[in-house]
Amino acid sequence: MIEIDNVRKSFGALEVLKGVSMTVQRGEVVSVIGGSGSGKSTLLMCINGLEPIDSGRILVDGVEVHAKGTDLNKLRRNIGIVFQQWNAFPHLTVLENTTLALRKVLGKSRDEANAIAIKQLEHVGLGDKLKVFPGRLSGGQQQRMAIARALAMSPNYMLFDEVTSALDPQLVGEVLDTMRLLAKEGMTMIVVTHEMGFAREVSNRVAFFKDGLIHEIGTPKQIFEAPERPETATFLSSVL
Amino acid sequence: MFDTAVSLNDLWFLLQGAGWTLLITAIAVAGGTFLGMVFGVTRATMPVWVSLPIGFVLDIFRSVPLLIQLVLFNSFIPIMGLRASPFTVSCLVLALYTSAYCSEIVRGGVLAVPQTTRRAARSLGLTWGQDMREIVFPLALRIMLPSWIGLTLGVMKDTALVAWIGVIELLKSSQILITRMANEPLFILSIAGLIYFLISFPIARLGARLEKKWREND
Repeated sequence: MIEIDNVRKSFGALEVLKGVSMTVQRGEVVSVIGGSGSGKSTLLMCINGLEPIDSGRILVDGVEVHAKGTDLNKLRRNIGIVFQQWNAFPHLTVLENTTLALRKVLGKSRDEANAIAIKQLEHVGLGDKLKVFPGRLSGGQQQRMAIARALAMSPNYMLFDEVTSALDPQLVGEVLDTMRLLAKEGMTMIVVTHEMGFAREVSNRVAFFKDGLIHEIGTPKQIFEAPERPETATFLSSVL
Repeated sequence: MFDTAVSLNDLWFLLQGAGWTLLITAIAVAGGTFLGMVFGVTRATMPVWVSLPIGFVLDIFRSVPLLIQLVLFNSFIPIMGLRASPFTVSCLVLALYTSAYCSEIVRGGVLAVPQTTRRAARSLGLTWGQDMREIVFPLALRIMLPSWIGLTLGVMKDTALVAWIGVIELLKSSQILITRMANEPLFILSIAGLIYFLISFPIARLGARLEKKWREND
Protein backbone atom coordinates (compact mmCIF):
# COMPACT_ATOMS: atom_id res chain seq x y z
CA MET A 1 0.00 0.00 0.00
CA ILE A 2 1.21 3.51 -0.82
CA GLU A 3 0.00 6.17 1.60
CA ILE A 4 0.59 9.80 0.69
CA ASP A 5 -0.22 12.06 3.59
CA ASN A 6 -0.43 15.84 3.25
CA VAL A 7 2.76 16.14 1.19
CA ARG A 8 4.13 19.58 0.42
CA LYS A 9 7.05 20.40 -1.78
CA SER A 10 8.54 23.56 -3.26
CA PHE A 11 11.18 24.27 -5.84
CA GLY A 12 12.48 27.59 -4.55
CA ALA A 13 9.54 29.96 -4.31
CA LEU A 14 7.31 27.72 -6.41
CA GLU A 15 5.16 25.37 -4.36
CA VAL A 16 4.39 22.39 -6.62
CA LEU A 17 2.69 20.10 -4.08
CA LYS A 18 0.36 21.85 -1.66
CA GLY A 19 -0.71 19.14 0.71
CA VAL A 20 -1.41 16.07 -1.40
CA SER A 21 -3.04 13.04 0.21
CA MET A 22 -3.91 9.78 -1.52
CA THR A 23 -3.85 6.07 -0.76
CA VAL A 24 -3.22 3.36 -3.32
CA GLN A 25 -4.11 -0.21 -2.36
CA ARG A 26 -2.25 -3.27 -3.60
CA GLY A 27 -3.58 -4.38 -6.97
CA GLU A 28 -5.09 -1.01 -7.73
CA VAL A 29 -4.49 1.06 -10.86
CA VAL A 30 -4.75 4.77 -10.17
CA SER A 31 -4.47 7.25 -13.02
CA VAL A 32 -3.46 10.81 -12.30
CA ILE A 33 -4.73 13.32 -14.84
CA GLY A 34 -4.43 17.08 -15.05
CA GLY A 35 -2.73 19.88 -16.94
CA SER A 36 1.01 20.13 -17.52
CA GLY A 37 3.03 21.60 -14.67
CA SER A 38 0.45 20.70 -12.06
CA GLY A 39 2.94 18.66 -10.01
CA LYS A 40 1.89 15.17 -11.09
CA SER A 41 5.37 14.05 -12.15
CA THR A 42 6.97 15.53 -9.06
CA LEU A 43 4.62 13.46 -6.93
CA LEU A 44 5.88 10.25 -8.58
CA MET A 45 9.51 11.25 -8.00
CA CYS A 46 8.69 11.82 -4.34
CA ILE A 47 7.17 8.36 -3.96
CA ASN A 48 10.46 6.60 -4.65
CA GLY A 49 12.57 9.24 -2.96
CA LEU A 50 14.14 10.73 -6.09
CA GLU A 51 12.86 14.06 -4.82
CA PRO A 52 12.86 15.16 -1.18
CA ILE A 53 9.68 16.61 0.31
CA ASP A 54 9.20 19.60 2.59
CA SER A 55 6.53 18.22 4.87
CA GLY A 56 3.97 15.45 5.21
CA ARG A 57 4.95 11.84 4.68
CA ILE A 58 4.82 9.01 2.20
CA LEU A 59 4.62 5.39 3.35
CA VAL A 60 5.30 2.47 1.05
CA ASP A 61 4.32 -0.83 2.68
CA GLY A 62 4.57 0.99 6.00
CA VAL A 63 8.10 2.31 5.38
CA GLU A 64 8.40 6.08 5.51
CA VAL A 65 10.24 7.06 2.32
CA HIS A 66 11.72 10.33 3.52
CA ALA A 67 12.54 9.29 7.07
CA LYS A 68 16.18 9.42 8.07
CA GLY A 69 17.72 5.99 7.91
CA THR A 70 15.38 4.66 5.23
CA ASP A 71 17.44 2.64 2.76
CA LEU A 72 16.26 4.28 -0.45
CA ASN A 73 18.25 1.94 -2.67
CA LYS A 74 16.44 -0.99 -1.08
CA LEU A 75 13.07 0.73 -1.25
CA ARG A 76 13.50 1.54 -4.93
CA ARG A 77 13.93 -2.13 -5.86
CA ASN A 78 10.33 -2.50 -4.91
CA ILE A 79 9.07 0.49 -6.91
CA GLY A 80 9.56 0.48 -10.66
CA ILE A 81 9.35 3.81 -12.44
CA VAL A 82 9.17 4.57 -16.15
CA PHE A 83 9.78 8.09 -17.36
CA GLN A 84 8.49 10.24 -20.17
CA GLN A 85 11.94 10.33 -21.75
CA TRP A 86 12.65 6.63 -22.04
CA ASN A 87 16.15 6.91 -20.56
CA ALA A 88 17.79 3.84 -22.01
CA PHE A 89 21.43 3.37 -21.08
CA PRO A 90 22.81 3.95 -24.59
CA HIS A 91 26.12 2.13 -24.08
CA LEU A 92 24.42 -1.15 -23.10
CA THR A 93 22.46 -3.57 -25.25
CA VAL A 94 18.76 -4.14 -24.59
CA LEU A 95 19.63 -7.26 -22.60
CA GLU A 96 22.39 -5.51 -20.65
CA ASN A 97 20.08 -2.58 -19.91
CA THR A 98 17.65 -5.03 -18.37
CA THR A 99 20.17 -7.15 -16.46
CA LEU A 100 22.28 -4.33 -15.02
CA ALA A 101 20.28 -3.76 -11.85
CA LEU A 102 19.53 -7.47 -11.46
CA ARG A 103 23.23 -8.16 -11.27
CA LYS A 104 24.51 -5.08 -9.47
CA VAL A 105 21.62 -4.42 -7.11
CA LEU A 106 20.16 -7.89 -6.51
CA GLY A 107 23.48 -9.70 -6.95
CA LYS A 108 22.14 -12.27 -9.39
CA SER A 109 24.53 -14.29 -11.56
CA ARG A 110 24.77 -13.44 -15.23
CA ASP A 111 22.80 -16.55 -16.21
CA GLU A 112 20.05 -15.94 -13.67
CA ALA A 113 19.80 -12.28 -14.65
CA ASN A 114 19.71 -13.13 -18.35
CA ALA A 115 16.90 -15.64 -17.81
CA ILE A 116 14.77 -13.10 -15.92
CA ALA A 117 15.52 -10.30 -18.37
CA ILE A 118 14.75 -12.40 -21.44
CA LYS A 119 11.43 -13.41 -19.93
CA GLN A 120 10.50 -9.77 -19.28
CA LEU A 121 11.70 -8.60 -22.69
CA GLU A 122 9.68 -11.30 -24.41
CA HIS A 123 6.72 -10.25 -22.30
CA VAL A 124 6.87 -6.74 -23.78
CA GLY A 125 7.57 -8.07 -27.27
CA LEU A 126 11.30 -7.39 -27.51
CA GLY A 127 12.52 -10.98 -27.48
CA ASP A 128 14.23 -10.51 -30.84
CA LYS A 129 16.12 -7.34 -29.85
CA LEU A 130 18.30 -8.64 -27.03
CA LYS A 131 21.68 -7.83 -28.59
CA VAL A 132 20.59 -4.53 -30.12
CA PHE A 133 21.72 -1.17 -28.76
CA PRO A 134 18.89 1.19 -27.75
CA GLY A 135 19.89 3.74 -30.39
CA ARG A 136 18.61 1.29 -33.02
CA LEU A 137 15.17 1.00 -31.43
CA SER A 138 12.09 3.13 -32.03
CA GLY A 139 10.81 5.29 -29.22
CA GLY A 140 8.03 2.83 -28.50
CA GLN A 141 10.46 -0.07 -28.34
CA GLN A 142 12.77 1.89 -26.04
CA GLN A 143 9.85 2.69 -23.80
CA ARG A 144 8.80 -0.96 -23.66
CA MET A 145 12.40 -1.84 -22.84
CA ALA A 146 12.28 0.66 -19.98
CA ILE A 147 9.12 -1.08 -18.73
CA ALA A 148 10.77 -4.51 -18.95
CA ARG A 149 13.86 -3.14 -17.19
CA ALA A 150 11.73 -1.94 -14.30
CA LEU A 151 9.63 -5.12 -14.21
CA ALA A 152 12.73 -7.34 -14.13
CA MET A 153 13.32 -6.22 -10.54
CA SER A 154 9.89 -7.74 -9.74
CA PRO A 155 8.62 -4.61 -8.00
CA ASN A 156 5.33 -4.53 -6.14
CA TYR A 157 4.56 -1.09 -7.54
CA MET A 158 4.97 0.50 -10.94
CA LEU A 159 4.92 4.25 -11.48
CA PHE A 160 4.42 5.61 -15.00
CA ASP A 161 5.26 9.23 -15.70
CA GLU A 162 3.59 10.31 -18.95
CA VAL A 163 5.27 7.41 -20.68
CA THR A 164 3.56 8.00 -24.02
CA SER A 165 3.86 11.79 -24.18
CA ALA A 166 7.18 11.82 -26.05
CA LEU A 167 6.17 9.11 -28.54
CA ASP A 168 5.02 9.42 -32.10
CA PRO A 169 1.25 8.85 -32.21
CA GLN A 170 1.55 5.52 -34.05
CA LEU A 171 3.81 4.17 -31.27
CA VAL A 172 1.55 5.07 -28.38
CA GLY A 173 -0.67 2.02 -28.82
CA GLU A 174 2.05 -0.59 -28.35
CA VAL A 175 3.13 0.97 -25.06
CA LEU A 176 -0.44 1.31 -23.77
CA ASP A 177 -1.07 -2.34 -24.69
CA THR A 178 1.91 -3.36 -22.57
CA MET A 179 0.51 -1.37 -19.66
CA ARG A 180 -2.97 -2.85 -20.12
CA LEU A 181 -1.40 -6.29 -19.90
CA LEU A 182 0.32 -5.35 -16.66
CA ALA A 183 -2.89 -3.99 -15.16
CA LYS A 184 -4.69 -7.18 -16.10
CA GLU A 185 -1.99 -9.20 -14.32
CA GLY A 186 -2.76 -7.32 -11.12
CA MET A 187 0.20 -4.96 -10.89
CA THR A 188 -0.28 -2.00 -8.58
CA MET A 189 0.19 1.06 -10.75
CA ILE A 190 0.13 4.82 -10.50
CA VAL A 191 -0.14 6.21 -13.99
CA VAL A 192 0.37 9.89 -14.71
CA THR A 193 -1.14 10.25 -18.15
CA HIS A 194 -2.72 12.42 -20.79
CA GLU A 195 -4.34 9.38 -22.39
CA MET A 196 -7.91 9.84 -21.17
CA GLY A 197 -9.17 6.75 -22.97
CA PHE A 198 -6.57 4.63 -21.22
CA ALA A 199 -7.27 6.20 -17.82
CA ARG A 200 -10.97 5.57 -18.23
CA GLU A 201 -10.64 2.00 -19.41
CA VAL A 202 -7.87 0.60 -17.20
CA SER A 203 -7.98 2.52 -13.91
CA ASN A 204 -9.77 1.53 -10.74
CA ARG A 205 -9.66 5.14 -9.70
CA VAL A 206 -8.78 8.43 -11.37
CA ALA A 207 -7.32 11.44 -9.57
CA PHE A 208 -7.64 14.94 -11.00
CA PHE A 209 -4.63 17.06 -10.21
CA LYS A 210 -4.50 20.84 -10.47
CA ASP A 211 -2.18 23.48 -9.03
CA GLY A 212 -0.44 21.03 -6.70
CA LEU A 213 -3.60 19.54 -5.27
CA ILE A 214 -5.85 16.56 -5.90
CA HIS A 215 -9.19 18.20 -6.56
CA GLU A 216 -11.15 15.06 -7.04
CA ILE A 217 -10.56 11.32 -6.92
CA GLY A 218 -13.00 8.57 -7.77
CA THR A 219 -13.92 5.78 -10.14
CA PRO A 220 -13.47 6.53 -13.84
CA LYS A 221 -17.25 6.56 -14.19
CA GLN A 222 -17.59 9.21 -11.50
CA ILE A 223 -14.78 11.41 -12.76
CA PHE A 224 -15.51 11.22 -16.46
CA GLU A 225 -19.31 11.12 -16.37
CA ALA A 226 -20.27 13.03 -13.28
CA PRO A 227 -17.41 15.15 -11.97
CA GLU A 228 -18.32 16.95 -8.77
CA ARG A 229 -15.84 19.79 -9.04
CA PRO A 230 -16.17 22.44 -11.72
CA GLU A 231 -12.37 22.41 -12.26
CA THR A 232 -12.55 18.73 -13.22
CA ALA A 233 -15.38 19.35 -15.63
CA THR A 234 -13.53 22.28 -17.22
CA PHE A 235 -10.36 20.25 -17.64
CA LEU A 236 -12.18 17.28 -19.10
CA SER A 237 -14.12 19.37 -21.55
CA SER A 238 -10.81 20.88 -22.74
CA VAL A 239 -9.17 17.50 -23.44
CA LEU A 240 -12.02 15.26 -24.49
CA MET B 1 75.46 11.10 -52.17
CA PHE B 2 73.94 12.40 -48.97
CA ASP B 3 76.71 12.79 -46.46
CA THR B 4 76.20 13.09 -42.72
CA ALA B 5 78.26 12.89 -39.59
CA VAL B 6 75.32 11.49 -37.64
CA SER B 7 76.29 7.96 -36.63
CA LEU B 8 74.22 5.02 -35.44
CA ASN B 9 75.51 5.83 -31.97
CA ASP B 10 74.06 9.31 -32.24
CA LEU B 11 70.77 7.87 -33.36
CA TRP B 12 70.78 5.57 -30.34
CA PHE B 13 71.44 8.65 -28.19
CA LEU B 14 68.35 10.30 -29.67
CA LEU B 15 66.25 7.20 -29.06
CA GLN B 16 67.34 7.15 -25.44
CA GLY B 17 66.16 10.74 -25.19
CA ALA B 18 62.89 9.64 -26.77
CA GLY B 19 62.66 6.95 -24.09
CA TRP B 20 62.75 9.64 -21.40
CA THR B 21 60.17 11.67 -23.28
CA LEU B 22 57.90 8.64 -23.36
CA LEU B 23 58.47 7.81 -19.70
CA ILE B 24 57.78 11.35 -18.51
CA THR B 25 54.69 11.53 -20.73
CA ALA B 26 53.38 8.21 -19.43
CA ILE B 27 53.87 9.17 -15.79
CA ALA B 28 52.47 12.66 -16.28
CA VAL B 29 49.42 11.44 -18.19
CA ALA B 30 48.74 8.54 -15.81
CA GLY B 31 49.11 10.68 -12.71
CA GLY B 32 47.39 13.65 -14.28
CA THR B 33 44.46 11.58 -15.48
CA PHE B 34 43.99 9.97 -12.08
CA LEU B 35 44.11 13.32 -10.28
CA GLY B 36 42.03 14.90 -13.03
CA MET B 37 39.31 12.28 -12.51
CA VAL B 38 39.27 12.90 -8.78
CA PHE B 39 39.19 16.69 -9.19
CA GLY B 40 36.79 16.56 -12.11
CA VAL B 41 34.23 14.33 -10.40
CA THR B 42 34.55 16.41 -7.25
CA ARG B 43 33.95 19.60 -9.19
CA ALA B 44 31.00 18.09 -11.04
CA THR B 45 29.22 16.62 -8.03
CA MET B 46 30.22 18.56 -4.91
CA PRO B 47 28.72 21.82 -3.61
CA VAL B 48 30.22 25.14 -4.66
CA TRP B 49 32.27 25.67 -1.52
CA VAL B 50 34.24 22.52 -2.33
CA SER B 51 34.41 22.81 -6.08
CA LEU B 52 35.21 26.51 -6.37
CA PRO B 53 38.53 26.49 -4.42
CA ILE B 54 39.67 23.38 -6.33
CA GLY B 55 38.76 25.07 -9.58
CA PHE B 56 40.71 28.16 -8.57
CA VAL B 57 43.91 26.25 -7.79
CA LEU B 58 43.62 24.25 -11.01
CA ASP B 59 43.12 27.48 -12.94
CA ILE B 60 46.53 28.61 -11.74
CA PHE B 61 48.11 25.47 -13.17
CA ARG B 62 46.30 26.03 -16.43
CA SER B 63 47.16 29.68 -16.86
CA VAL B 64 50.82 29.96 -15.75
CA PRO B 65 53.18 28.92 -18.58
CA LEU B 66 54.53 25.44 -18.03
CA LEU B 67 58.12 26.61 -18.31
CA ILE B 68 57.66 29.01 -15.40
CA GLN B 69 56.02 26.26 -13.33
CA LEU B 70 58.95 23.93 -14.00
CA VAL B 71 61.58 26.48 -13.08
CA LEU B 72 59.72 27.64 -9.98
CA PHE B 73 59.13 24.10 -8.70
CA ASN B 74 62.70 23.13 -9.46
CA SER B 75 63.96 26.07 -7.42
CA PHE B 76 61.45 25.91 -4.59
CA ILE B 77 61.98 22.29 -3.76
CA PRO B 78 65.60 22.76 -2.61
CA ILE B 79 64.59 26.00 -0.87
CA MET B 80 62.03 24.02 1.15
CA GLY B 81 64.83 21.66 2.13
CA LEU B 82 63.54 18.79 -0.04
CA ARG B 83 65.49 16.93 -2.65
CA ALA B 84 64.12 15.86 -5.98
CA SER B 85 65.83 15.10 -9.26
CA PRO B 86 64.88 17.19 -12.31
CA PHE B 87 63.17 14.04 -13.59
CA THR B 88 60.94 13.83 -10.50
CA VAL B 89 60.16 17.54 -10.66
CA SER B 90 59.28 17.20 -14.35
CA CYS B 91 56.90 14.32 -13.71
CA LEU B 92 55.30 16.10 -10.77
CA VAL B 93 54.78 19.43 -12.51
CA LEU B 94 53.55 17.86 -15.73
CA ALA B 95 51.17 15.58 -13.83
CA LEU B 96 49.65 18.55 -11.99
CA TYR B 97 49.49 20.53 -15.21
CA THR B 98 47.80 17.58 -16.94
CA SER B 99 45.38 17.10 -14.05
CA ALA B 100 44.28 20.73 -14.33
CA TYR B 101 43.26 20.24 -17.95
CA CYS B 102 41.98 16.72 -17.42
CA SER B 103 39.72 17.80 -14.56
CA GLU B 104 37.92 20.17 -16.92
CA ILE B 105 37.50 17.40 -19.48
CA VAL B 106 36.16 15.02 -16.82
CA ARG B 107 33.89 17.65 -15.32
CA GLY B 108 32.44 18.44 -18.73
CA GLY B 109 32.02 14.74 -19.52
CA VAL B 110 30.27 13.92 -16.26
CA LEU B 111 27.95 16.91 -16.52
CA ALA B 112 27.09 15.95 -20.10
CA VAL B 113 25.47 12.70 -18.95
CA PRO B 114 21.77 13.58 -18.77
CA GLN B 115 20.31 13.90 -15.30
CA THR B 116 17.32 11.86 -16.47
CA THR B 117 19.54 8.90 -17.38
CA ARG B 118 21.10 9.02 -13.94
CA ARG B 119 17.68 9.19 -12.31
CA ALA B 120 16.66 6.09 -14.22
CA ALA B 121 19.72 4.31 -12.87
CA ARG B 122 19.07 5.41 -9.30
CA SER B 123 15.38 4.49 -9.61
CA LEU B 124 16.45 0.88 -10.27
CA GLY B 125 18.17 0.85 -6.90
CA LEU B 126 21.73 1.50 -8.06
CA THR B 127 23.81 3.35 -5.50
CA TRP B 128 25.60 6.63 -6.27
CA GLY B 129 28.85 4.72 -6.80
CA GLN B 130 27.24 2.09 -9.02
CA ASP B 131 25.59 4.82 -11.07
CA MET B 132 28.99 6.49 -11.48
CA ARG B 133 30.76 3.25 -12.42
CA GLU B 134 28.17 1.63 -14.65
CA ILE B 135 26.45 4.60 -16.28
CA VAL B 136 28.20 7.93 -15.86
CA PHE B 137 31.81 6.94 -16.52
CA PRO B 138 31.18 4.76 -19.59
CA LEU B 139 29.03 7.49 -21.13
CA ALA B 140 31.33 10.33 -20.10
CA LEU B 141 34.31 8.42 -21.50
CA ARG B 142 32.90 8.66 -24.99
CA ILE B 143 32.50 12.39 -24.63
CA MET B 144 35.92 12.83 -23.05
CA LEU B 145 38.07 10.64 -25.28
CA PRO B 146 38.81 13.06 -28.15
CA SER B 147 39.80 15.85 -25.76
CA TRP B 148 41.80 13.44 -23.65
CA ILE B 149 43.75 12.17 -26.67
CA GLY B 150 44.45 15.79 -27.61
CA LEU B 151 45.64 16.48 -24.08
CA THR B 152 47.94 13.44 -24.11
CA LEU B 153 49.52 14.47 -27.40
CA GLY B 154 49.91 18.03 -26.11
CA VAL B 155 51.58 16.87 -22.90
CA MET B 156 53.90 14.65 -24.93
CA LYS B 157 55.12 17.66 -26.85
CA ASP B 158 55.21 19.83 -23.73
CA THR B 159 57.74 17.44 -22.20
CA ALA B 160 60.27 19.17 -24.46
CA LEU B 161 60.21 22.03 -21.93
CA VAL B 162 61.72 19.88 -19.18
CA ALA B 163 65.02 20.17 -21.08
CA TRP B 164 65.16 23.62 -19.48
CA ILE B 165 65.72 22.15 -16.01
CA GLY B 166 68.26 19.63 -17.23
CA VAL B 167 66.41 16.46 -18.19
CA ILE B 168 67.97 14.95 -21.29
CA GLU B 169 64.88 13.96 -23.20
CA LEU B 170 64.39 13.91 -26.95
CA LEU B 171 64.69 17.63 -27.64
CA LYS B 172 67.66 18.10 -25.34
CA SER B 173 69.40 15.07 -26.90
CA SER B 174 69.01 16.56 -30.34
CA GLN B 175 70.35 19.91 -29.11
CA ILE B 176 73.41 18.16 -27.67
CA LEU B 177 74.01 16.54 -31.04
CA ILE B 178 73.56 19.85 -32.80
CA THR B 179 76.22 21.56 -30.65
CA ARG B 180 78.61 18.82 -31.77
CA MET B 181 77.58 18.81 -35.42
CA ALA B 182 76.79 22.46 -35.86
CA ASN B 183 76.39 22.24 -39.63
CA GLU B 184 73.53 19.68 -39.50
CA PRO B 185 70.87 21.17 -37.24
CA LEU B 186 68.06 20.72 -39.73
CA PHE B 187 68.78 17.06 -40.34
CA ILE B 188 69.00 16.29 -36.62
CA LEU B 189 65.85 18.24 -35.81
CA SER B 190 64.07 16.41 -38.62
CA ILE B 191 65.00 13.08 -37.06
CA ALA B 192 63.76 14.31 -33.65
CA GLY B 193 60.55 15.54 -35.26
CA LEU B 194 60.06 12.21 -36.97
CA ILE B 195 60.46 10.41 -33.65
CA TYR B 196 57.88 12.73 -32.02
CA PHE B 197 55.53 11.93 -34.89
CA LEU B 198 56.10 8.18 -34.57
CA ILE B 199 55.16 8.39 -30.90
CA SER B 200 52.05 10.53 -31.49
CA PHE B 201 50.64 8.77 -34.50
CA PRO B 202 49.63 5.46 -32.84
CA ILE B 203 47.98 7.34 -29.96
CA ALA B 204 45.95 9.44 -32.36
CA ARG B 205 45.00 6.37 -34.43
CA LEU B 206 43.96 4.43 -31.35
CA GLY B 207 41.72 7.31 -30.32
CA ALA B 208 40.12 7.51 -33.75
CA ARG B 209 39.49 3.77 -33.77
CA LEU B 210 37.83 3.77 -30.36
CA GLU B 211 35.64 6.69 -31.37
CA LYS B 212 34.53 4.90 -34.50
CA LYS B 213 33.79 1.69 -32.63
CA TRP B 214 31.65 3.52 -30.06
CA ARG B 215 29.79 5.47 -32.70
CA GLU B 216 28.71 2.26 -34.38
CA ASN B 217 26.61 1.41 -31.33
CA ASP B 218 24.62 4.61 -31.39
